[in-house]
Amino acid sequence: MGDYLSQISTLFSEYDVLGAFWVNIQLTFWAAILSLILGTFLALMRISPIPSLRWAGTTYVNLVRNTPLTVIMTFMVLAVWTQLQISLADNFEQNFFRLAVVGLTVYHAAFVCESIRSGVNTVPLGQAEAARAIGLSFVPAARLVILPQAFRGAVAPLGNTLIALLKNSTVAAAASVTNETSSLMRNMIEFNSSEIYSIFFIFAIGYVILVIPIGLLTTSLSNRLAVRR
Amino acid sequence: MPDDDSPGSAGEARSEELGDPLVELVDVNKHFGELHVLQDINLTVRRGEVLVVIGPSGSGKSTLCRAINRLETIDTGEIRIDGEALPEEGRALARLRSDVGMVFQAFNLFAHKTILENVTLGPTKVRREKSKAAKERALGLLDRVGVKNQAGKMPAQLSGGQQQRVAIARALAMQPKVMLFDEPTSALDPEMINEVLDVMVALAKEGMTMIVVTHEMGFARKAANRVVFMSDGQIVEEAHPEEFFTAPRSERAKDFLSKILTH
Ligand SMILES: Nc1ncnc2c1ncn2[C@@H]1O[C@H](COP(=O)(O)OP(=O)(O)O)[C@@H](O)[C@H]1O
Ligand SMILES: [Mg+2]
Repeated sequence: MGDYLSQISTLFSEYDVLGAFWVNIQLTFWAAILSLILGTFLALMRISPIPSLRWAGTTYVNLVRNTPLTVIMTFMVLAVWTQLQISLADNFEQNFFRLAVVGLTVYHAAFVCESIRSGVNTVPLGQAEAARAIGLSFVPAARLVILPQAFRGAVAPLGNTLIALLKNSTVAAAASVTNETSSLMRNMIEFNSSEIYSIFFIFAIGYVILVIPIGLLTTSLSNRLAVRR
Repeated sequence: MPDDDSPGSAGEARSEELGDPLVELVDVNKHFGELHVLQDINLTVRRGEVLVVIGPSGSGKSTLCRAINRLETIDTGEIRIDGEALPEEGRALARLRSDVGMVFQAFNLFAHKTILENVTLGPTKVRREKSKAAKERALGLLDRVGVKNQAGKMPAQLSGGQQQRVAIARALAMQPKVMLFDEPTSALDPEMINEVLDVMVALAKEGMTMIVVTHEMGFARKAANRVVFMSDGQIVEEAHPEEFFTAPRSERAKDFLSKILTH
């Protein structure tokens, strides 16, 4: 036991473990905000009265949800950056970070969209009809009546999507983000292979510490915000 | 007696004061798949008129109501509100809908908003009224329907009767030309029915044009100018309330009335 503890403290002093976790937290933070925005638009498209918008939203979700995240992340680097030469920052590292955020956003927006849609399904049809009956057209009815209730009903699935996003942020390695946790872990194992159990332990516990509060928070928010009918 | 439009009945007396046509349905047809739910409906409601629509469940009463503010589309025919054909979509439709108040069987108050916000939402967001003015007017309307003291509560904290009165205030806040009621009391516990009907009777007395789907004969007798009896998607009979309830002409109306009267 003492052995492991001293191993872990040496590993912490030799490698910037907290810095790596910080990178994943930042990736998650930006991708969460952007995918919430994109996902909300996709959900609006999918419930809109305009068939072509509905079709576009559905197609996006089905396409993206069925593509492995690694493929999307690799695509961001090889196709968007190398081939199309689209650069998101002058700084090399910043550029890969942003490409990774975009890749994570594109992917998780599909799940955000489906979470919000499940929230929309908790809103009785009569709410939309009452909104239309007082003269609100689709967008204001969605903004003022449907979405506020849908978000409250979607807190739990959105929380699950956020947890998945946090863990999936390790796939940023595929977009050449080299200072995040999974890249660091691979590095550490390569140079300290005898301490492999301690290394696994550090990263497993690190994610548990990050994920558990998200779960607790969303459960309590979900109960507190639930719309009483 | 049955075919005689006896003069001097309450409906007759009021119908003389009625204005120009406000809601007009001309040869309206609608299908739900195979089901011909509205069949060649022709109906004119004049300004100030109170029309009661009655008929068995599934006869198309709700669909008729919902077609009038285009919550349901129609296949053929025309619906005009105050001389204007119902627009297909968009802003024009939204504007027209705001002239047609609707009260639903299930109240449908906005569950995440307070009672006061339920009433001010339309005026502030659709009519762009200043929020202070809208709030004052909303409180006046809530007072009129007897729930002003509940203004800060959420809908789920109110009884069904109170919620339905708020729903009426919410519709009135848009200053509609006509109010549609789709079985406004049938989801209520019996002891709450009258508090809602009283508000509706008062509204009728003030001259509001109303189309009311209801089986409440007391209301029809007290407030309606005319009763329309629907069955299987058709308007089978139109009459003054007193005549309809005492001497229905059609077999289907007789049959229907015998069923609701024996209880
Ligand atoms: N959205 C719908 N889709 C299919 N059928 C419907 C729909 N709404 C109503 N109907 C059918 O149309 C008929 C008339 O319904 P409705 O207008 O609600 O009757 P009422 O209000 O007189 O009870 C019923 O047979 C009903 O089942
Ligand atoms: Mg009905």
